[in-house]
Amino acid sequence: MTAMHEAVLLRRRGAKAGDLKSYIGSGGLAALKKARAIGPEETVRILTDSGLVGRGGAAFPAGRKWESVRTAKDPIRYVVLNTDESEPGTFKDRVMIESDPFMVLEGLLIACYAVSATRAYIYVRGEYRHVAELLAKSLRELQQAGHLEAVGPNGAALEVEIRRGGGAYICGEETALFRSIEGYRGEPMAKPPFPTVAGLFRKPTVVNNVETLANVPDIIAFGAKALRSRGTERSPGTKLFSVSGSVDRPDTYEVPFGTRLSDLLELAGGGKDLQAVLMGGAAGTFVFPKDFDLSLSYEGVAERHTTLGSGAVIAFDRETNLWQVAERLGRFFAHESCGQCVPCRVGTRRQHEMLQALAEGHGRGDERGLLTRLSQVMTDASICGLGQTAATAVRSLLEAESAGLLAN
Amino acid sequence: MAEGFTILIDGKRAEARPGETILDVLRREQVETPTLCNHQHLTPAKTCRACVVELKGSRPLVASCERKAEPDMEVRTDSERVQNARRGVFELLLSQNDVSTAPGLVSQAEQLGAVPDRYRGQKYERGFFDDNKLYVRDFDKCILCYRCVEACGPDVQNTFALTVAGRGFTAGISAGFDETLVDSACVFCGNCVEVCPTGALMDRREHTLRAQGRYDESQQDVVQTTCSYCGVGCQLDLHVDRRRNEIVKVTSPDQHPITLGFLCVKGRYGYSFLEAEDKPEEAVKGA
Repeated sequence: MTAMHEAVLLRRRGAKAGDLKSYIGSGGLAALKKARAIGPEETVRILTDSGLVGRGGAAFPAGRKWESVRTAKDPIRYVVLNTDESEPGTFKDRVMIESDPFMVLEGLLIACYAVSATRAYIYVRGEYRHVAELLAKSLRELQQAGHLEAVGPNGAALEVEIRRGGGAYICGEETALFRSIEGYRGEPMAKPPFPTVAGLFRKPTVVNNVETLANVPDIIAFGAKALRSRGTERSPGTKLFSVSGSVDRPDTYEVPFGTRLSDLLELAGGGKDLQAVLMGGAAGTFVFPKDFDLSLSYEGVAERHTTLGSGAVIAFDRETNLWQVAERLGRFFAHESCGQCVPCRVGTRRQHEMLQALAEGHGRGDERGLLTRLSQVMTDASICGLGQTAATAVRSLLEAESAGLLAN
Repeated sequence: MAEGFTILIDGKRAEARPGETILDVLRREQVETPTLCNHQHLTPAKTCRACVVELKGSRPLVASCERKAEPDMEVRTDSERVQNARRGVFELLLSQNDVSTAPGLVSQAEQLGAVPDRYRGQKYERGFFDDNKLYVRDFDKCILCYRCVEACGPDVQNTFALTVAGRGFTAGISAGFDETLVDSACVFCGNCVEVCPTGALMDRREHTLRAQGRYDESQQDVVQTTCSYCGVGCQLDLHVDRRRNEIVKVTSPDQHPITLGFLCVKGRYGYSFLEAEDKPEEAVKGA
């Protein structure tokens, strides 16, 4: 059986994408209106009941974030839309915005209203210039039509600021992102305190991924059940996957949680003679055909010791030397490490050097043992998710190699 | 004052006070904990990761220098995971840095059983800078602990001449856009030199004497005096080479209530007049 591409978030993808009139004509902005009618508390309650979890990779319950900021003592709060999509093999947030900028922005406005945000920031990946321009244009249209009025605290108009990144992967990490907006070097900070307590400018902050906020309007408009009508009990809703690599139709696919990986691959016109896929991007793990029947849900991937991460699915055929792929991943992390902590700064470099030796076939023989040892140090002792996951794919490759799963 | 509470360290109860870090408690309990970036008068930079501990409920290890103690926390310092991570930090640094003037780093590495040549690869080579009269910067020795950045910035001097530039393995301390110190915002207080744990920043005179094989702490006396340049009253410790009756370095005690070990350019470097009593023209030439 082949899974169906089920366009819910992406239902407006196509000719009329980004047209405010047709957005409103097809039910757009009804959720914002409803949120304002039922008030912040009820809005957050619906979101919490829906079971929506963050789509940026960490899968944190969105309702809990909002509730925590909504009830914060500090009157100054921020909402940040994390559009710093930088995970290798991930392009679903870009497609989401290109397809329906207003649904994402409506989600942002609802978030701001629900937590009484004094200001919203949209942090856009530096290379996504056209995305930043599209968001700016769409925001302008919303503002001119008066839709930002009274979304801010005490009936004030909401102020939204768009910031473009400078090309650093690490600035997608929420605390590094805050530092970047504040004008500092993009370096992650220690958590706790978590952003909901002390985030941007040390103020209570909701930071949500694009896909997370895109889910919000339907949930508010149609109730928590709208999300729960699709997906699994523990992973309600649909998920965007960026499928690329050795497939015939690389694209962004939207499928309900619980869809089998093999069905997603088939949807993308691949999956017949694959050696492996890299699930979740550079910070994810390699998955081999014996696990292609896994259920694409948070519980399903946990069962197979992999991750949905950012929703990246990169397919590799049997011709590919996966150690060369690992070398590229190693180079990526070494380049993107901010340099703050020792395990990541020096560790990603050493890891890349050893992967280079393995990929080029001139290793000294002790690389595999050292990589395993190093991966533990980086995973345990690094400050942030970058260093903590920089060895995940390598470790999964080492295990697969011992199990005889590599094609060459 | 708020009530104290207890936390568990390796299964044993230990008293903690509000506001204290886990490291504060570990030190009071005399649990040996390696540290590199931590400095008693600076904000925890939590960058070196030498002091990491296992904390129940936290997936990654946490930096004990930065994490505040909370009631009933369960901390482990004796687990293999902690030892492996700490050893790893030192092994990684030993694989990249010149540690010839960092005895503290070397001895802590030895205590942890770190293997110096565990990892091989590219050394950290950011070069040697000798661009002013007062101190030199040998960045091959820099472990990027951020102490100098903090001392130059909001923790001590509020000059903000030093920052970290670049990314990953090539990140390094920079004065502005890699300007010379003279062209930068540096005011030559030398407080970065004071806090540097590896000798990457070193007073020029000490560096010169070391290069000549003439720097020998066992041949130095410490003479206490009070700085005469202004009315603040900073205590100065003059480190005098008794063989030549020559001042080799000026510091201030790190527990001195006025200075906490920090000085200004005059107190730290303006001592050459003492050696040129009858030659005022010599005095203005600097150290």
